Amino acid sequence: MTSGNTASGAQPGRVWKKPPFIANPWIRYGLVAITLAYLYWAFSTLPFDWQRIAEGLPRAGKIFGGAFPPSFERGGLLWTGFKESFQIAFLATMLGVLLSIPIAVMAARNVAPLPVYLLGRTLIIVSRSFHPVIVAILFVAAVGFGPMAGILTLTLYSIGFVAKLLAEEIEEIDWGQVEAMRSVGAGYMKILVYGVFPQIMPRQIGLSMYQLDSNLRASAVVGIVGAGGIGGTLMNAFGRYDYDFAFAILLMIIAIILVSEGLSGWVRKKVW
Amino acid sequence: MLEITNLVKRYGQNEPVLKGLNLKVEGSSVVSIVGASGAGKSTLLRCINRLVEPTSGSIKLNGHELVNLRGSDLRHSRRRIGMVFQGFNLIDRLTVMENVLSGRLGYVSFFQALTRRFPQSDIDRAFSLMERVGIAHYADKRADQLSGGERQRVAVVRALMQEPEILLADEPTASLDPKTSQQIMSLLQSLASEMSLPVLINIHNVTQARMYTDRIVGMRHGQMIFDGEPKDFNQDALDAIYGGIESPEEDAGEPASPTEEASA
Repeated sequence: MTSGNTASGAQPGRVWKKPPFIANPWIRYGLVAITLAYLYWAFSTLPFDWQRIAEGLPRAGKIFGGAFPPSFERGGLLWTGFKESFQIAFLATMLGVLLSIPIAVMAARNVAPLPVYLLGRTLIIVSRSFHPVIVAILFVAAVGFGPMAGILTLTLYSIGFVAKLLAEEIEEIDWGQVEAMRSVGAGYMKILVYGVFPQIMPRQIGLSMYQLDSNLRASAVVGIVGAGGIGGTLMNAFGRYDYDFAFAILLMIIAIILVSEGLSGWVRKKVW
Repeated sequence: MLEITNLVKRYGQNEPVLKGLNLKVEGSSVVSIVGASGAGKSTLLRCINRLVEPTSGSIKLNGHELVNLRGSDLRHSRRRIGMVFQGFNLIDRLTVMENVLSGRLGYVSFFQALTRRFPQSDIDRAFSLMERVGIAHYADKRADQLSGGERQRVAVVRALMQEPEILLADEPTASLDPKTSQQIMSLLQSLASEMSLPVLINIHNVTQARMYTDRIVGMRHGQMIFDGEPKDFNQDALDAIYGGIESPEEDAGEPASPTEEASA
């Protein structure tokens, strides 16, 4: 209303353009040039064997052809595999989320002293630095084939993810509530329980649900390297050219992810 | 009795926010502290319960030195100092009752706090205080579902649960509408006399300071420049406290003009 002031002598026809995203023209056009140069270099030096790709296409067609119709004949095997995957995913999520709470507190700069903070951050970085498949290979070597390796792998994976996001959430809490708890004379642990945890609780539950989701998917992958669950069943099916059974497994995985995603979304909405 | 002597607070290497402040509050008087933003009112209150560390000086509550306390000694002293904040600072996701009982956190064990097993005497006290300020029927409601005035009542009750020897209120009415803020001020005034509790209130609203408090302390640039009864707080005192400072909030009757906004 105040800006619609006609007395300021506005002239018509003034040009306006959105300011560029990167102000410095050298950097702006330099980035475009670098990207183009990189793409040219990458495509001209990477060894794409077009002939091999052309030969592979019909083979891929054969695999997909063999996958239709999917076969649910060996339902028993399917059930055992999925049951184990569920067990691995649930246990790993519970363990990982429980362990990630103290680690997140350690890794939040506003509630942890510097040495503890560094330790917490290190724990998170270590558990995040390797893909679960690599971790699974290590754990399979350490504790042998089977679900134990899978549980350990996914626990570590959950810690890396949940603790990191939770620590960031703790760093963004409303400090006034913490101050109020300090002012009534509460000690550190009571401040955490009253001043900090209620604020991060919805996020915590949301992350746990998301992580359960993610662990279900990952448990199929780590099974491939021998860490138990449906992944092993899938690998065997491929190995024996049982493409129809393999396709049935894949369909089941999709269905389960869909259900768990819907479920976790619903839970997250409920707790907010 | 609260006795502040030569209190200095300096943030980093900047100019001190409090420059050798002296203040004595006796008996159950309600004292309001007025002053422009940045005068050091908030820092003064926070030095008393050590949410802010004083640089030097002495703060004595009933003969008990508060500066230099550490660990559990500090926590035990904080139990005796209630505080009410501008933004209420309730635990939004907990119930009103949990918020009220959190005033007892300095007295109960960690296990009791975690499992909400507060002693019966605390629960009785909570209900009677909530009834006194008219929020008992909200006991099981979540704190963030209450209106501003109701939330500040919860915060006042939380502070009173501490069985405080003094109550600090840091702009308790600044987030409230005019009518509610009068109600909160008169509540603080009557609670102070009922419980013979000294109350220190930081306030921007000079009219309310005159109406509801026994004594007005004026601060400017970290120093006390007025100390007297409301009837002595005249235009000269007001000018001395706010004079030369652009647009003091409480008597800026209309919004700033566009040209001033542009230059800000």
